[in-house]
Amino acid sequence: MSEPQSPANARAGDELIEETPFTATAAANAPSAQAAGGRSFLPKSTLLRHLLILVLSAVGAVILLEVTDPFTNSQLASLTYYAIAAGGLTVLTGMNGQISLGHGALMAVGAYTTALFLGVDGEPLPLPVIFLVAVAISTIVGALVGVAAARLHGPYLAGATLALAVGLPGLALYFRDTLGGEQGLRVRAPEPPASFTNFIDLVSGNPASGTKWLAYVGVICLLITFFLLANLVRSRIGRTWRAVRDQEVAAELAGIDLGAWRVLAFVVSAACAGLAGAVLALVVRLAAPSGFTLVLSLALLTAIVIGGLGSLLGALLGSALLVFLPPFVTNLGGDFGLDQTKAAQLAPFVYGVVLIVAMIFAPAGIVGTIRLRWMTARAKRAVAGRAAHGG
Amino acid sequence: MTGISVAFGGVAALSDVSITVEPGQVHGLIGPNGAGKTTLFNVACGLVRPDAGRITWRDQELRRLRPSRLSKLGISRTLQGVGLFAGLTVLENVMVGAHRHAKAGFFSALLALPTADKDDRLLRERATAALVELDAEAYAGRYPGSLPYPVQKRVALARALVADPDLLLLDEPASGLAEDEMHELGELIRALSSRMSVLLVEHHMDLVMKVCDRITVLDSGKQIAAGTPAEVQADPAVTEAYLGDAVDVEADAAELAGTDGGRSND
Repeated sequence: MSEPQSPANARAGDELIEETPFTATAAANAPSAQAAGGRSFLPKSTLLRHLLILVLSAVGAVILLEVTDPFTNSQLASLTYYAIAAGGLTVLTGMNGQISLGHGALMAVGAYTTALFLGVDGEPLPLPVIFLVAVAISTIVGALVGVAAARLHGPYLAGATLALAVGLPGLALYFRDTLGGEQGLRVRAPEPPASFTNFIDLVSGNPASGTKWLAYVGVICLLITFFLLANLVRSRIGRTWRAVRDQEVAAELAGIDLGAWRVLAFVVSAACAGLAGAVLALVVRLAAPSGFTLVLSLALLTAIVIGGLGSLLGALLGSALLVFLPPFVTNLGGDFGLDQTKAAQLAPFVYGVVLIVAMIFAPAGIVGTIRLRWMTARAKRAVAGRAAHGG
Repeated sequence: MTGISVAFGGVAALSDVSITVEPGQVHGLIGPNGAGKTTLFNVACGLVRPDAGRITWRDQELRRLRPSRLSKLGISRTLQGVGLFAGLTVLENVMVGAHRHAKAGFFSALLALPTADKDDRLLRERATAALVELDAEAYAGRYPGSLPYPVQKRVALARALVADPDLLLLDEPASGLAEDEMHELGELIRALSSRMSVLLVEHHMDLVMKVCDRITVLDSGKQIAAGTPAEVQADPAVTEAYLGDAVDVEADAAELAGTDGGRSND
C-alpha cells in the first residue's frame, strides 16, 4: 500500500518531470477544482459554463449537418452512437480504472429494447419515452454486471465483461420468436415531426429527409449525454472515481465505499451504452446479433484509447476516427489501383496501425498528449519565471 | 481495543494486546520491526479483522468494522508512505479527504445544480484551510508526483485532518523527514492533541518520547510495557526488546565475527 517513492528522488527542481505519473489516463486528470487564482473567461458556475458549451456545440452541430451531404449526415449519425457509448466507456475506464469489453452487449440491450417498443402493433410510445426505457433497462443490466465487476480487477474484469459480450447476443438466438434470431428485428424509424421539417426549412432550406432526422436525433442524444457526463466528471463524483482508481486503500480510509462507487461508474457507463444502442437501432434500422459482436466492444475501447482515456472530447475524436477512417482509407486504396475487396481490407489494417502508433508514441491518446505537452510547457514557464525573479 | 489477537496462517501477529487512547492524548505505539504495530493499526481501521478481541469507540463496540465507515466515526488515518492520489491535484487530494462533509448527491452533480457547486466550494474552502494549516497551500494546483517527499507527507496529513477527526491514527509520520522537519512535526502533533486524540506509530524514539502522553510497547505481537514515556524508558523489558541484553549482544557479535568476519557490516 505504500508508494514506491523514496526521499532520494524528491529533489527540488523536479517541476519538469511530467506531473501526472499515470500517462495513460492523463486526459482524465483535468482538475475538478481550480486552485485559487486561475483566470477564465467562462462563467464560474458549472451549470452555466456547461450550458454555454452545450449551446455552442448545438449550433456547431446544426451548421455541420446542414453544410454536408446526406451521406455524410448518415455517417455523422453513426458517429453519434459510437460517441455516446465511448463517452460512457471513457468515464468507466479512464476515470474509474475499470475496463469493460462488454459495452457492445449493453448497447444490444438498448437496441433490442428500442426495436421491441417501436415494433408494437398500433401507435408506438413517443421516442423520448422509448429511449428512457432503453436507458433504464440497460442501466439495470449494467447494475447487475457492475455488482459483479466491482469485485474484479484488470484482466479478470476484462474476462468477465468479455463473457457478457460473447454471451448476451446469443439470447437473441435463444428467444427467436421475440428477438428475431439471427435475422434480428427490423426497426421502424418514426417519421420526423412537422416541427422538424419547419425547422430545417427555416435554417437551410434543405430537404428534411429521414436520414437527416435520425442524425438530429443522434446529435441531440449525444449533446445531452455529454452535457450530463461532463457535469459528473467535473463534480465531486468524478473526483471520487479518480481517487478510487488511484489509491484504493487511501480512498477507503477517506470514507469512500469502493464497491458502491465502482458500481455507480458502471451503471452510468451502462446507461450511456443503452442510449447508444437505442440510437444505433434507429440509425441502422436493425437490431441483430451480428451488429453487437465483440468487435464493436473492442472498437469502442480502441476509440477511447486513441482519443485519450477519460476525456469526453477524446471519446468524440476517437469515434470520429472509427467512422471516417475506414471509408477514407478504402477510397485511398482505390485511388492507388487496388480492387474493391483489397481496398476494403485495407481499412482494418490501417486502423490497427494507427492504434499501435498511438500506443507507442502517444499512450495518453490525442487529448492526453496535448494536455501533457501543455502542462510541461506551463511548468517550464513557471521555472523560468522563478529563475528570473529569484536570480 | 482490548484483547486483540490476529494470526496470519500459523503466525501469531498479535496476541492479546489491549490499548486505550484517552481523549486529547497522544498515544505512542512502538516496538521493533515486525512487532505488530501496523497490524494493530490495520485492525483499528478494519483492514484486518481480529481473530479475538473487541474494539470499542465512544463506549460502543464496533463489530464488523469497515475502513470506509471509519471517517464517519470520526477516525482518520495516514498511511505508511504517503498514498496520495497521483492523478489528482494536491487540492483535490485533500478535498477527497473531506468526503464525509460532502452533502450534494449524485443527481445534483449530474445536473450541475447550484447546490453541487456550493457544496464543492465548501469542500474547497475546508481543504484550502487544511493546506494552509500545514503550510502547503502553495502546492494546491500541483500533482503529488512532482513534489518533494516531505511536502507529500504534509499533504497526506492535511487529507487526514480535513475530515475533522476525533481520533487521528498516524502511521510513521516522520519517516523520510529531516531533523528540523521532524521537530516541526512534533510541535504540530502536540498542537493537534488539543483538538483530537492521536495514536502514533513511530520509529524515531526522540520524537515519540517528546510528544506522547502514554506509550505502549509491542514485541513479537505481545504487549511488553505501557505507561508514560519515563516509565517505559526505565522498563528493563523494553531495553531488552530493543537491544537484547548485554550478554546476548556480545555473544552475537562474537558469533558474527567468527562466522562472517569477512563481510563489512552494513
